[in-house]
Amino acid sequence: MNADQAFRLERGGRIDRDRPLQFVFDGIPLTGYQGDTLASALLANGVRVVGRSFKFHRPRGVLSAGAEEPNALVRVGHGSLEESSVRATMQPLYEGLHAQSQNCWPGVNFDLGRIVDFAHRLFPAGFYNKTFMWPHWHWFEGSIRRMAGLGRVNSEYDPDHYEHRNAHCDVLVCGAGAAGLAAACAAAGSGARVILAEQDREPGGGLLWRTARLDAEPGDAWAADKWQELARYDKVKVLKCATVTGMFDDNLAVILERVWDRRAAPGPGGPRERLWKVRARQVVFATGAIEQPLVFPWNDRPGIMLADAVQQYLLRYAVAAGRRVVIAANNDSAYSLATELPASGIAIAALVDSRSATAIRDLDKIQAAGIPVFADSCIVATRGAKGVRRIRVMSRTGSAPIDVDCDCVAMSGGWQPAVHLFSQAKGRLRYSEELRAFVPECHPPSMQVVGAANGTFNLEAAVREGYEAGERAARSGRRSPLAGRSDSERCAEQVHTQLNCSRQWIDFQHDVTLLDIDMAVDENFTSVEHMKRYTTAGMGSDQGKTGNINALLALAERTGRSGDQVGTTTFRPFYVPVTLGALAGHRRGELYAPVQRSPLFECHESLGAHFHDYGSWRRPAAYPLRGETLQEAVQREALAARRGVVLFDGSSLGKIEVRGRDAAEFLNRLYVNNLNTLEPGRARYCLMLNENGVVMDDGIVVCLEFNHFLVHTTSSAAGTVFNWMETWLHGDWPHLDVLLTEVTSQWVNIAVSGPGARDLVRQLDCGVDFSKAAFPHMSLREGLLGTVPVRILRASFTGETGFELNVPAEFGASLWDRLLKPAAGQAPVPLGVEALMVLRAEMGFIHVGGDTDGTTTPDDLGWSGVIAAKQTDFVGRRSLLRSANRREGRLQFVGLRPLEDGAEVSAGAHVVNAVDHAAPARSQGFVTSAVWSPVLNRWVALGLVRDGRRRLDEQVNLYDQGKITPALIVAPAAMVADHD
Amino acid sequence: MMLIPCPWCGERAEEEFAFGGESHIQRPEDPAGATDSQWADYLFFRSNPRGLHRERWQHRHGCRQWFNLARDTVTHEIRAVYRLDEPCPESAVGDSQ
Repeated sequence: MNADQAFRLERGGRIDRDRPLQFVFDGIPLTGYQGDTLASALLANGVRVVGRSFKFHRPRGVLSAGAEEPNALVRVGHGSLEESSVRATMQPLYEGLHAQSQNCWPGVNFDLGRIVDFAHRLFPAGFYNKTFMWPHWHWFEGSIRRMAGLGRVNSEYDPDHYEHRNAHCDVLVCGAGAAGLAAACAAAGSGARVILAEQDREPGGGLLWRTARLDAEPGDAWAADKWQELARYDKVKVLKCATVTGMFDDNLAVILERVWDRRAAPGPGGPRERLWKVRARQVVFATGAIEQPLVFPWNDRPGIMLADAVQQYLLRYAVAAGRRVVIAANNDSAYSLATELPASGIAIAALVDSRSATAIRDLDKIQAAGIPVFADSCIVATRGAKGVRRIRVMSRTGSAPIDVDCDCVAMSGGWQPAVHLFSQAKGRLRYSEELRAFVPECHPPSMQVVGAANGTFNLEAAVREGYEAGERAARSGRRSPLAGRSDSERCAEQVHTQLNCSRQWIDFQHDVTLLDIDMAVDENFTSVEHMKRYTTAGMGSDQGKTGNINALLALAERTGRSGDQVGTTTFRPFYVPVTLGALAGHRRGELYAPVQRSPLFECHESLGAHFHDYGSWRRPAAYPLRGETLQEAVQREALAARRGVVLFDGSSLGKIEVRGRDAAEFLNRLYVNNLNTLEPGRARYCLMLNENGVVMDDGIVVCLEFNHFLVHTTSSAAGTVFNWMETWLHGDWPHLDVLLTEVTSQWVNIAVSGPGARDLVRQLDCGVDFSKAAFPHMSLREGLLGTVPVRILRASFTGETGFELNVPAEFGASLWDRLLKPAAGQAPVPLGVEALMVLRAEMGFIHVGGDTDGTTTPDDLGWSGVIAAKQTDFVGRRSLLRSANRREGRLQFVGLRPLEDGAEVSAGAHVVNAVDHAAPARSQGFVTSAVWSPVLNRWVALGLVRDGRRRLDEQVNLYDQGKITPALIVAPAAMVADHD
Repeated sequence: MMLIPCPWCGERAEEEFAFGGESHIQRPEDPAGATDSQWADYLFFRSNPRGLHRERWQHRHGCRQWFNLARDTVTHEIRAVYRLDEPCPESAVGDSQ
């Protein structure tokens, strides 16, 4: 054997011995070969303890050679590339790979956390829920949380890229083992569009490490040929390193493709992982089967492995899992090791089979080869702190125990078909007594299940099943109930050692033992879903791929039920852990959510605007001058609106055009106001309610011409209101002749406001008479700027004279620039959103969603007069009559004025009665807006207060985190509107 | 994620659609005359069946049309698709629970 890889065989394996790779595990430099996984390279170097278990911190070694690995979880990489809980069995080895064990301190070989193990009797299932009750769970939660969890989350920015891809196909084949390849070939041969996804780096599945021949070829060569053949079809896509991780409604499959593996150096560029969303007409599940461990005392020691994994390491990676191997089985599948191991010069210390001698195939041959066979026997104890050194075998008939020295136990407790995806796709399972496993029973017509995944373990039968299913899938044919054939080779016998030993592991990762199942049964958690949650069996990152079957069969045995009666827990996506990066794809950072920008965005930028995100809109909060703070800028802008003239970009305001014979009637049904009487050229400020009578939006409705309206919504509600209108129109009033068009982004809206507004807009020369008499408040005029149409709405959000100029979006910037630099008179000041909030709060104008909440009715805002004047029904009107909406004590919209002019008020402060000076006190409401008014030189606040309108001039206290500010309840408007 | 057959556009992924709750909910003809319990019934009470459910969907990120769907809430099987002004087809009503 090789000097630095003591357990590497001289010959064989699918590794490239000309390409040695250096890697580091826990600081120790080691060598492996191209083609190795991290697990096979560690085993080749004789590393047995690779991690610690979750609860008891027991030393753990590699159990499996695939996706099901519960034990060999390590941290791989450095810094921003570091990843936790990577399954060493799935991690391809690369030059410079840096891996570290986790869940242990100070090191994997000596871990102080193991103290829990030595006191394991104190820590049965649910121990912390029972133990840490007094005086309160929260006293202990912090330290328990620190102890819990595997690995640690990398909080650095992930520099790699991930992408999503959508695809459609006729047939999706999950798994490129013998059956899957056959299915894909048959489907491709019928001309179907096929996607074949294989989670391994090579196609072939078990053919890669089992001696088998197909079509007179060695199995692995057959697989490679079929793969090549498939890759030549135009309509076929073959994916390697691609795990189908979830099945969703209507055959939507989510595939995680690992495009390239992380390196010590930066990757080759392009996405590291790709998440495929494949919609398939037919899915063929050829996902194979997962070997299950045997349950016996102390079955968790490093070196105790799944038999098929031992064979895979031997034939695929040329690695000996041990030098003296015990084979322990309850079925025939592990027996191929009895010929493969000696052929590689590895001694078999014993063969332990729980079945009687007559059930063992080729018993004579095995005995003739000099292998001691213990039939009808079980392992009753194992020894070896850092790896198994000796086992004790006892006949089930009760003979004297015999000790056998060994350094590896290859165990096989039967095979569970990998039905996870099948089950997610709503396939139904049944329990097979002879296989001691759950197998597919029936399924929707849009899928097939073949090979070992269907309980068909015979190779030729599986391939035949694959071909048939592939053809059928290509024709989208239905299929009769499943005829999965089990063959005697995998028939397993149920044996749980009836020994009074609690330490027989069921779930290796979460340290669930038979004792915990017993306790669950004792405490009547006998439903499989309860047992799972009580014991946490199957709740680790491996999702119990090697533990669930033993757990539920133990439960069945202890409650006198059959496997069918117990059933399985629900299989849910994902089949294997999926990185958050792959789920996010490109949607992170700036691309996390789309940002909406006004067409004037660049104008604001050139003015040095400070931007904030308001809902989905990125808008100027303020335009600070050099040396000015944001707060100073807001004050200056707000003052300019009161004393001079300001420009405000209102382009984000929602704009919906409503046309048609019934347009007025339609709007009349949706708004609180009477809109039947609105004349062309006039505008009205309106409230919209939901059917519960709660204020949903406000805005100005303009009648552009007969049967043609322009509805304004608040910036963030444009989409909601448009959807709302469509819902009513399509669903309830389809007979109304109305056409809705959302035009928010079609128009730029520039509001000119302040005492100097009229002088500024007059300079535009757009053919509109701006005189007070000709252009009254709340009316609209249309003009022309050269050839560009302009809609001018005279309205005011500041209380000052205001004109809102609307031009087609592409002319917005030139209009803005022209307004900003007038030929004569005072130049306007650009006004940001924050100053706008100051101005409207001074006027007591509501901000729906800020000053209102999910209970606010129009009456709470003082709108009952408007409603009383309206004769007809509107959405939400009936709800206003409900007693809850009419009773006393409702929160009503008022102003709150601090008694001392300098006193600061913060939004969110509670209003309490004047006699209350400390918590707890009954809340009388709360402050919804609070701003510093530069004109009034004091804080101005708005709020919702119980029976507020009846309590004007009452003194109250504003309570904010222990601070009390005396204030008066006043009318909302702190200033009088002055639009002349 | 379901495939939903939009009556105007054909089969599209569920993420293109918006769900609008149970269909055939009749708004009282004369809301002002409705009793509190009639109004509450219209506002809040839904059948929430295990099995066939008739519901409204909008192809929001497509043609924006609203339509009706008869869907099995257990299997997500879509039994029928029909316009808002059409009654539910007999075939889908058959085994309503």
